[in-house]
Order: sequence, then structure tokens, then C-alpha cells
Amino acid sequence: MEEVKPRISVYYAQNASVVTLADEKILDDEDIKALEDSIMPLIDSAVNLVIDFSNVCFLSSAVLGLLIRISKRINENKGRLKLCCISPRIYDIFKITRLDEIFEIYPDVKKAMQTLK
Amino acid sequence: MTSKACTHEKIVSNGAISELRRICAKILCHTQNLEYSDDDLFAIQLAIEEAIVNAVKHGNKQDPARDVIIEYDLTPEKVDIRVTDQGRGFDPDSLEDPRLGDNIYKTDGRGVLLIRSYMDSVEYNELGNSVRMTKFNSKPR
Repeated sequence: MEEVKPRISVYYAQNASVVTLADEKILDDEDIKALEDSIMPLIDSAVNLVIDFSNVCFLSSAVLGLLIRISKRINENKGRLKLCCISPRIYDIFKITRLDEIFEIYPDVKKAMQTLK
Repeated sequence: MTSKACTHEKIVSNGAISELRRICAKILCHTQNLEYSDDDLFAIQLAIEEAIVNAVKHGNKQDPARDVIIEYDLTPEKVDIRVTDQGRGFDPDSLEDPRLGDNIYKTDGRGVLLIRSYMDSVEYNELGNSVRMTKFNSKPR
């Protein structure tokens, strides 16, 4: 039986789902689709989402597109999206693309959650 | 051709992204052996990734019959990589800036920006189906 690799881990805290991305590198269309399939159902059932990037050391611009799709869905559900634990190199990608002005980015989960109170 | 100081290779790939990523990993391995910094390696990997995805998706329109050619020249001083697809080409200067206005909410269109931001020199050929990217070693020697 083929082993299915979990793309995310999830826990619920206060009024948000906290999603930790499992993969170090997120590149492949298949990986991104799998990630989207894992995350979107969470948005339908819970309004606020915190995405923890602490395991991620590399991502392509396709991941940024996924984050925008997630953000749009959360906005439609009148929720809030927070990103956290982004490494300096990955954060530079957000800065270069000016997506640091679109997404709310925090150094850790605790600070991200504090803004959801 | 490989020596301790430089590596040059030209690879014609069948255009499958997985194969192109294997070539990218090989380039990074050689570059790491030339003692480029981790920041340089990150930049090179990101630029190659964006270039090969553009070549397959936009250049070759995901046609499995079309090849992607990767040619690279690695020295302790700089990394030169050329990615060529078999598509009709495009005008890179006609691309909308993904940072401006409503473009920032688009889910794609950032690849060329990232390539230009992370590499020291980026040149497209006249047709627009080939991009040459150069990264200089940031470590003082």
C-alpha cells in the first residue's frame, strides 16, 4: 500500500486553525495541489487560519499563488489569514513580490494568534 | 567537460519537469562544490526553478513533444545558466509588473520578477524563448 505523506499538521486553538506545512521544499504542481486539497476544507469549516512555515526552507512562486487563493477564500468567508515562522530567505520572496504588504506575517504562532483575539 | 575549477554542460531534456529538476539539482551540487554561499545557492535554485517552469508551461505549452535545453557554465567566479524552450517566444518587457495595482492579487506572473531579482544578470534572446541567467559568487576569494 502506497504511503501517503501528510502535507500539513493541524490543531485548533482559540478561534483559529493552525496549519503547519510539513514539507521543506514546495515546488511541484502535485505537491501544491495536494496542499490546496488539504487546506481548503479547513477554511470551509473554520474562519480564521494561521499558516506556520517553520519547516519550509524553499518554495516557488506557485506557492504564492496558492496563498492568494487561500486568502481570497478566507475573505469570502469573512475570516482572517495569518502567516508565521517564515525564514528570512523565504520572507525576502514576499518582500520582492510585495506580498508582505498583502499578507499579515508574524514571527511566531503566538503573536499571530494574539491578533485574532 | 568538468575540471576542478569549472564545469560546462549542455543537456537536451524531454521537457518533463521532474527531469529538469534533476538537472537543477546537479547544477546546485556542482555549484556547492565551488563554495558558493547558501544565499547564492538559494538564489540560483529559485531562478532555475522559475525558468524551467516558465519553459515548460508557457514556452512549450506543456507539449511533451517539445524539449527544454539547459546549458550551464560554472566557475568559482560565476554561474551561467541558459534555459531554452521550443516555443514561439515572448517579449519579456511586455509583462505586467505583478507588484502593481490589481496584479498583486493575481495567482501567477511572478516568475520573471523573481529571476531578475535573484540573478545578477538576466538576458532573453530576441525571440524570447531562451533566457541566460548569471550569478556571481558573493563570497570574497
